[in-house]
Amino acid sequence: MTTLHWIDYAIMGLYFAFVLGIGAMLRRSIHTSEDFFLSGRSIPAWVTGLAFISANLGAQEVIGMGASGAKYGIATSHFYWVGAIPAMVFVGLFMMPFYYGSRARSVPEYLKLRFDEKTRGVNAVSFAVMTVFSSGISLYAMGKLLNLLLGWSFDASILVAGGIVLGYIFLGGLTSAIYNEVLQFFLIVFGFAPLVFLGLRDVGGWAGLSARLAHVATDNGFAAGAYTRSWAFMGHASANPVGVEWFGLVMGLGFVLSFGYWCTDFLVVQRAMAANSMTAARRTPLIAALPKMLFPFLVILPGMLALVVSSTSVRSPSVAAPAAAPAVAGAAATATVAPSDPGPERRDGIVPPKLDPRTGEPLRDARGRVVLDYDLATPMMLVHFFPAGLLGLGLTALLASFMSGMAGNVTAFNTVWTYDLYQSYIRRGAPDSHYLAMGRFATVFGVAISIAAAYVAASFNNIMDFLQLVFAFVNAPLFATFALGMFWPRATGHGAFSGLVSGILAAAVHHGISLPAGAHVGVKGGYLGVVTTYPSELAQTFWTAIAAWVTCFVVTIVVSLLTRPRPAEQLHGLVYGLTPKPTDDVKRWYERPGPLALIVLTLTVALNLIFF
Amino acid sequence: MGIDLRMPLGALFGVLGLLLTLYGAATRGQPGTEPTGVPINLIWGVVLFAFGLWMLWLARRARQAPRM
Repeated sequence: MTTLHWIDYAIMGLYFAFVLGIGAMLRRSIHTSEDFFLSGRSIPAWVTGLAFISANLGAQEVIGMGASGAKYGIATSHFYWVGAIPAMVFVGLFMMPFYYGSRARSVPEYLKLRFDEKTRGVNAVSFAVMTVFSSGISLYAMGKLLNLLLGWSFDASILVAGGIVLGYIFLGGLTSAIYNEVLQFFLIVFGFAPLVFLGLRDVGGWAGLSARLAHVATDNGFAAGAYTRSWAFMGHASANPVGVEWFGLVMGLGFVLSFGYWCTDFLVVQRAMAANSMTAARRTPLIAALPKMLFPFLVILPGMLALVVSSTSVRSPSVAAPAAAPAVAGAAATATVAPSDPGPERRDGIVPPKLDPRTGEPLRDARGRVVLDYDLATPMMLVHFFPAGLLGLGLTALLASFMSGMAGNVTAFNTVWTYDLYQSYIRRGAPDSHYLAMGRFATVFGVAISIAAAYVAASFNNIMDFLQLVFAFVNAPLFATFALGMFWPRATGHGAFSGLVSGILAAAVHHGISLPAGAHVGVKGGYLGVVTTYPSELAQTFWTAIAAWVTCFVVTIVVSLLTRPRPAEQLHGLVYGLTPKPTDDVKRWYERPGPLALIVLTLTVALNLIFF
Repeated sequence: MGIDLRMPLGALFGVLGLLLTLYGAATRGQPGTEPTGVPINLIWGVVLFAFGLWMLWLARRARQAPRM
């Protein structure tokens, strides 16, 4: 268990004071529900841009990408350089004109304007449920982590974190969430950058890391470069640790999942909709893409490093390893060091083993080897390398990531609840002040449900797995609906609705007839009879998404052609070709969305080539 | 709207940087404060402080010469 010094608490306290202070300062500028939910569309592009990535930079990102880095190596960068960046460029260049230009106040509301009430209803309900549960899951992860690392009380951790998020959103609405997200963005960057520096210094730079990871790769049955080259081994699913080949990767992750998330998820799109002009809204995801493409170095590298840094290089009373430490050395030796070199002098890696919750013993896989708890890779790096002082900063960065993710969910929830559910189905035509009050109230119960969901997650782990599965089904086909809605005037409401529903069903069916290698029938799939198996869970996820997308795309087209289209004059501002091309209001050429997108894409291609 | 975000940003990182720099300087060489052999608190404190000052300078410049 790591103990903190006064300096660590002082840094955390300072951060909390600033976060709440910003909320309090912004309270005076909230007069209408548009101020509260959309920041009055008045925020400059660099702020919305950083908030755009920060809202996504929740715990799943920081902890999860570190975990994936330890599990899959640099191939995890595909989530950025194939997944996120192209999708962010697309939403900025081609979709933002319709989101921002239609004056819709939310993504579900766009669906209502473009299609019909039932399509909006499906999207609004599933999105609202999804956001509160995701923030609950991340609260749960935070409480568990702080309890394990620092011995803090689970209840106190989630109540305090939830309370602070509630406080600053209640006071300052979306502006407060966005401003704090920018603060959190810089904290995360400054909190994790020294970790990468010290870690790389420990292993001897990238060359040293590659050499050490080559041992891990050969030990796991891959070619030596499998953990440090992102494309070279994507020719066949069995040649890389991700267990997927390039086609499934590019289509499943790069196209369906990433475009589905970055282009249609209100949590991120809401940030761009708060921008102060059409150009600023379009530039939001493009500005976000610039730091985003460097994030693999910040969040994936710590995970890769955790696998191979010398567990003995750092010795100090202030950096005592957590309780699991005695088991760590042995586990790391079996998992990461070549069998010929098991000596106590070469105890590399600091990722602890995953413990069986019933027996407390380390879990073992089918080959009898210890399973590592990859989710602890990044947190272990923090307590391993940071002395008192910097440790406070690192932990504050971790807390900031939890809070920014949660705030993103809560602000998206209160908007969709108030505009798309409450105002549409429960109480229409009330004065604006009523909806502003409802927004504040929704913030309170959004946080309350999140906290309740965290406790549900703590007691029934499988329920959360199940819920996340359902969310994946609901999300997978969405991009087909939006793409057809925005670029094909002939698409109809009946087409969109039946496409969405059949896409969700297709995802469930595909998942039901497939199973990742080594998994048991149940929440991992196969409940309709195992027809096909995939080398990894990720491969199964990618192909489930592809099945859902294709089904939604085809069904929407077929049903649209069979139903009556809306007259073209009703679609102005909603569909490509029926909307005037947006004009730019910036002076310098590189501030225009087009050239900016080109710069972003060129740099992304370069990064892919460097780590090919 | 309301406030220039660079003000609180600069203030937070300025204070954080100062705190970390002073702590790093005061504990220089004490056992356990430099586990990696690098005076990282001191170095990083200065970096944060510089970033904070830069943000405050940008905010001040924007206020003196408002665009548009």
